[in-house]
Amino acid sequence: MRESMSDKTALIAMSGGVDSSVTALLLQEQGFTCEGATMRLYRNEDIGVCQYHTCCSARDIDDAADVAFKLHILYKVLDYTAAFKNEVIAKFVRIYEQGGTPNPCIDCNRFMKFRNLWEVAQKSQLNYVATGHYARIEFDREQGLYVLKKGIDASKDQSYVLYMLTQEQMAHTLFPLGGLTKKEVREIAAQHGLVNAHKHDSQDICFVPGGDYGKFLEEYTGKTYAKGDFLDIHGKIVGQHKGAVRYTIGQRKKLGIALGKPVYVCGKDMVKNTVRVGDEESLLSEVLVATEVNWLAGKAPTRAEEVWARTRYKQQEQAAVVYPIGNDSFRLEFAKPQRAVAPGQAVVLYRGDVVVAGGTIAQVLR
Amino acid sequence: MVYLDYAANTPVNEEVLSAFCQVARQYQGNANSRHEEGWAAKAEMERLTVAVAALLGVKPSEIIFTSGATEANNTAIKGIAKAMQGVGKHILSTPLEHSSVTGCLQALQKQGYEVEYLSLQADGKINLHDLETKLRNDTVLVAVCAVDSELGTIQPLAEIAAVLQNYPNCHLHVDATQAVGKVAFPLQGIDTMSFAPHKFYGLCGSGILFKRKNVELVPLLEGGASTTSYRSGTPALALAAGTETALRLAVESRHNWWEIVVQRHTLLRQQLSHYPKVHINSPIHGSPYILNLSVAGVRGQNFQSLLNEFGICVSVKSACSSDGQPSQAVLALTHDYWNALSSWRLSLSHLTTEAQVQEFLVAFAKCYKKLTTQ
Repeated sequence: MRESMSDKTALIAMSGGVDSSVTALLLQEQGFTCEGATMRLYRNEDIGVCQYHTCCSARDIDDAADVAFKLHILYKVLDYTAAFKNEVIAKFVRIYEQGGTPNPCIDCNRFMKFRNLWEVAQKSQLNYVATGHYARIEFDREQGLYVLKKGIDASKDQSYVLYMLTQEQMAHTLFPLGGLTKKEVREIAAQHGLVNAHKHDSQDICFVPGGDYGKFLEEYTGKTYAKGDFLDIHGKIVGQHKGAVRYTIGQRKKLGIALGKPVYVCGKDMVKNTVRVGDEESLLSEVLVATEVNWLAGKAPTRAEEVWARTRYKQQEQAAVVYPIGNDSFRLEFAKPQRAVAPGQAVVLYRGDVVVAGGTIAQVLR
Repeated sequence: MVYLDYAANTPVNEEVLSAFCQVARQYQGNANSRHEEGWAAKAEMERLTVAVAALLGVKPSEIIFTSGATEANNTAIKGIAKAMQGVGKHILSTPLEHSSVTGCLQALQKQGYEVEYLSLQADGKINLHDLETKLRNDTVLVAVCAVDSELGTIQPLAEIAAVLQNYPNCHLHVDATQAVGKVAFPLQGIDTMSFAPHKFYGLCGSGILFKRKNVELVPLLEGGASTTSYRSGTPALALAAGTETALRLAVESRHNWWEIVVQRHTLLRQQLSHYPKVHINSPIHGSPYILNLSVAGVRGQNFQSLLNEFGICVSVKSACSSDGQPSQAVLALTHDYWNALSSWRLSLSHLTTEAQVQEFLVAFAKCYKKLTTQ
């Protein structure tokens, strides 16, 4: 916990789920004066769902309001629909159209939670923003720096989507669940009769219900993504695809081509509208370049360092060496070839439990 | 099923529906067309307008048919604000207004208008002294509901109008949606007034804006001359016929309806007051058509949902706003955030029978027990 918490006041990002509800409860038990807020990020109409369809977001707001009532904390709904559209959905669409694999949750954390909510907290004279993420923020006295660590529950660890936190943000951010397992959190919720103790974890991308992002892109942009050719690694046409945006690097299922052996999507050319497929080996890469990098300590190390890296959310870390390029990018060389590293996704570097840096994968080299 | 949400919508009266159907079948012309069918439609539109005006005791030229009270409020508030912007940009209103009023005021604030809200007395009426203090030479509009939709407070319109007499630049807009056909009030001193017949057994999709002669307002809609230059669009003849019938029935029956509703209201208030955790939010001398209450420690939404499971329809705040926020009206009157979050509303009709009230009370007792002993 923090050096001193003379003024224990926090704004809690409440989604209506178990995690943020228990976050509120725990902080209250720790003597914090809390207020809750739910961010309205999109409207049903915006994501192609009929307005009269019971919107998950309206139900979530109702759940969050219910928990706030039960815990007797002030609660409000903040409308970020415009900002979310401009800063998260628009980027999500752009990256897919450029052939990348976006990670909108990271942008949402960066812009909506740790920037916008913090502004609201400050206006309400609250000293912290608290969320239900499974990660830990600790203060390292020796270095005089805040460090971001993995959550105790390895299966729930969310440090991967939090790598963008700055020292200043970590100083006023609380993750009360970082030291707990999901099981413990559910038990706490059940003990206190929080309505949503058994609610399912959120899945997929919140604004793409059902997970069919190809359909979402078409409805959102009004475009029809043209069919095109599947090419093998030699450039030979081996089938027809249904629009290059619909395929993700590493994808094997639903390709609709039979070559007598399993094939995977290993590259896309958005200009020529072709999707390259190959065997498992053609998915492998050893080097990547990351941009939009955040070094959690505030600046890049002066020389190359051995680290452990994740290029996907739920991936076992892989040994690698990082070569900083200025403060904003780095080159990463893996000890062993990696499968399906996708531009647009985040790469996050660890040393033990500690997050060292993270960035967006800009280039993958074989 | 016991329907106790008449302030949100009422069932359509058969006579209203027949008038609508009959006129819809009989006239095919556009009232703005210059031929036999058009003239026939125009004549009927004029007849209906004259009839509506007579029922309200105003001039036919002062009647504007709209799509509902929401549009009528928008037309009046935005229209007056725009027409008066050279004179002033200061507007006064109350914390009791419907969102179609507060929504306009918030939009005007973004355009540089200054909006202030009047404080309430313990009985829910606006504080006239506060009104006198806040009025300025550049105040161009006071927007007040005759009866508010959440608590049923009745505002002292005659007194408000009297205060405004000394402010010739200032207009008085009255949202009378919960008053017409229920609570009588004098039109003297009122510049614009809105209401919608679906609150008294008419049809949704129609509304009336009374705009006193000489009051200037800039219309919301452009293009398409109509029966009035303040509201474009092909005259909705059949809806106007429904409005006329609904209004006529309401005016004729107002006293009888009132007597019945007062009885139901009194019984409900008496019975509900016995519960230690019940707080009746509606003022005693408010409209008998509305009874707002809180059950301490139970979120209004939760009480409403459980009542719904027992086949009882009531509502929390005004229909369909799920933002987790307390009712601003209840908060303004009771000054208690948690009480406001616990509040919900019963709204009555002459159609509400004593047996239905008893059925509600039985369901209420069960819900109360379940939700307060958890």
